[in-house]
Amino acid sequence: MITVEHLSKRYGDVLAVDDLSFKIEDGHIYGFLGPNGAGKSTTLNIITGCLAATSGEIKIDGHDIYEEEKEAKKLIGYLPEIPPLYVDQTPREYLKFVAEAKGVKKADIETEIDRVLEETHITEMQNRLIKHLSKGYRQRVGISQALIGNPSVIILDEPTVGLDPMQIIEIRSLIAELGKKHTVILSSHILSEIQAICEKVLIIYKGRLVAFDDIESLGKTMASGNEIDIISSGNPDQTIEVLEKLSSVESYNQNQSADGFSSFRLTVKSGDVYETCKVIFMTFAANNIPLVKLNPIQTTLEDIFIELTSSEKEEGINEEIESIEEADENIMPEQEAR
Amino acid sequence: MVAVLKHELALYYHSLSGYVFGAFLLAFTGIGALIYNINASVANFEYVLSFIQVVFIIIVPILTMRIIADEKRQRTDQLLYSLPISTSDIVVGKFMALLIVFLIPMVLICVYPLIFSVYGDVYLPTSYGSIFAFVFLGLALISIGMFISSLTESQGMAAGICVVVMLLNYFCVQIGNTIPNETVQKIFRQISLFERFTLFYNGVFDLTAIVYYISVIAFFLFLCVQSLEKRRYKG
Repeated sequence: MITVEHLSKRYGDVLAVDDLSFKIEDGHIYGFLGPNGAGKSTTLNIITGCLAATSGEIKIDGHDIYEEEKEAKKLIGYLPEIPPLYVDQTPREYLKFVAEAKGVKKADIETEIDRVLEETHITEMQNRLIKHLSKGYRQRVGISQALIGNPSVIILDEPTVGLDPMQIIEIRSLIAELGKKHTVILSSHILSEIQAICEKVLIIYKGRLVAFDDIESLGKTMASGNEIDIISSGNPDQTIEVLEKLSSVESYNQNQSADGFSSFRLTVKSGDVYETCKVIFMTFAANNIPLVKLNPIQTTLEDIFIELTSSEKEEGINEEIESIEEADENIMPEQEAR
Repeated sequence: MVAVLKHELALYYHSLSGYVFGAFLLAFTGIGALIYNINASVANFEYVLSFIQVVFIIIVPILTMRIIADEKRQRTDQLLYSLPISTSDIVVGKFMALLIVFLIPMVLICVYPLIFSVYGDVYLPTSYGSIFAFVFLGLALISIGMFISSLTESQGMAAGICVVVMLLNYFCVQIGNTIPNETVQKIFRQISLFERFTLFYNGVFDLTAIVYYISVIAFFLFLCVQSLEKRRYKG
């Protein structure tokens, strides 16, 4: 659906997007994840034609965003970070303008507006001035604007920023609903949000794509070792005694725990972690020590994110160290010569 | 383009600026007609136009200050960029909206010579010839105002710069005359949009002036498109 090839964007000396290439397929909810300033909004602005790229190519369903601007833009509905609303108009007037600009047939405009108002649950607000609406409702008006003309791709740039928890839940469920009919790209720096709604995730850091996969398979590839948390009702010595009997347990660390219980984090041999859990459970049961907690630790998106971005940082530091060392080496012979 | 035109018109008449513009223009025309046609009993309506042209210095900035600057401030320019319409559609649509807002009071002004012709001997060709040129003068100034609005995010700044540019243009000939060089003086006279209007109210229909006004409109609309495109490149 969307093909991005070797996309770069330079602002003066700053490289905001650095040789980004990826492909968005139909019918999924994609999470576009990155810390603040990673280049998320810049990339989305370029994909939607709001910003020109320094180099690279973007095709929406085969239409180049610059050469076949109108055809490409008709396939996209975009909600920028700050919803672009004419606050002195009512949602209905505003949507009418958007519908006309998107080339919706005159006879269909009213039904199209009714449809998106209903879909975003703002029918009862349609005749109030946008400036009198709350932030959550404004965000919905922004989303409804993106939905006009039934585009196949909906791109939402940080749609839940600045909303209260209730509004965030509502907008998230709205996005999940949209995902059933459209391809949705959702940018965010909130990891739990992406994990809750998205099927696939693109992680971008300093303008570069560091990961692009299903959340689950990302978790699998990133898992650095199999770890299990346990709390047993035996004392630490008894627990350690049982743990020593388990061949699948490679190492263990004792954690703080309440009186009468002992808490450990186990590192187990790679393999099916759930099978290992069964063995651990049965062994403790055979030794008459009830386990009160047995929890295989799952890799969260947060772990993946921190690992990916920190490894990028380390690489950056290593490169710097190398370049300093090289510079030192260059200076040394000169000094020796003197 | 039609969508942008309709939208802009709605915005102008939602806010007061469309009405303020019309009211100013009509009020000044009324005062001018009172002074020249009624009190002084002169039958030439073109003198009224020569009197009221100075009002452009105030009403053009009122009309044009928000047209693009406010889009930038409200970030609605991002919506325009993401819609399947070209930048020239946006600029021409906005200009057409301004044209209509300007033409509505001008239609009412067109009635004046007809009313006076009932009571006296009014030479209609010069009256309407001047009104015709007056419309083009106004549109040329509006296109300049629109370009200035595309340069900034602040309406106030756009209005301020626009007033200065209008004043410079109005006093262009006087400024040129302070330089004791005939070529420079001639250039200043040629540049001035207001100066070119003097021929019309003196009873001459100067086609080159009309061509000049149209060229100015086209040039500044082109600059306006470039200014919006530049924003797309620089972000």
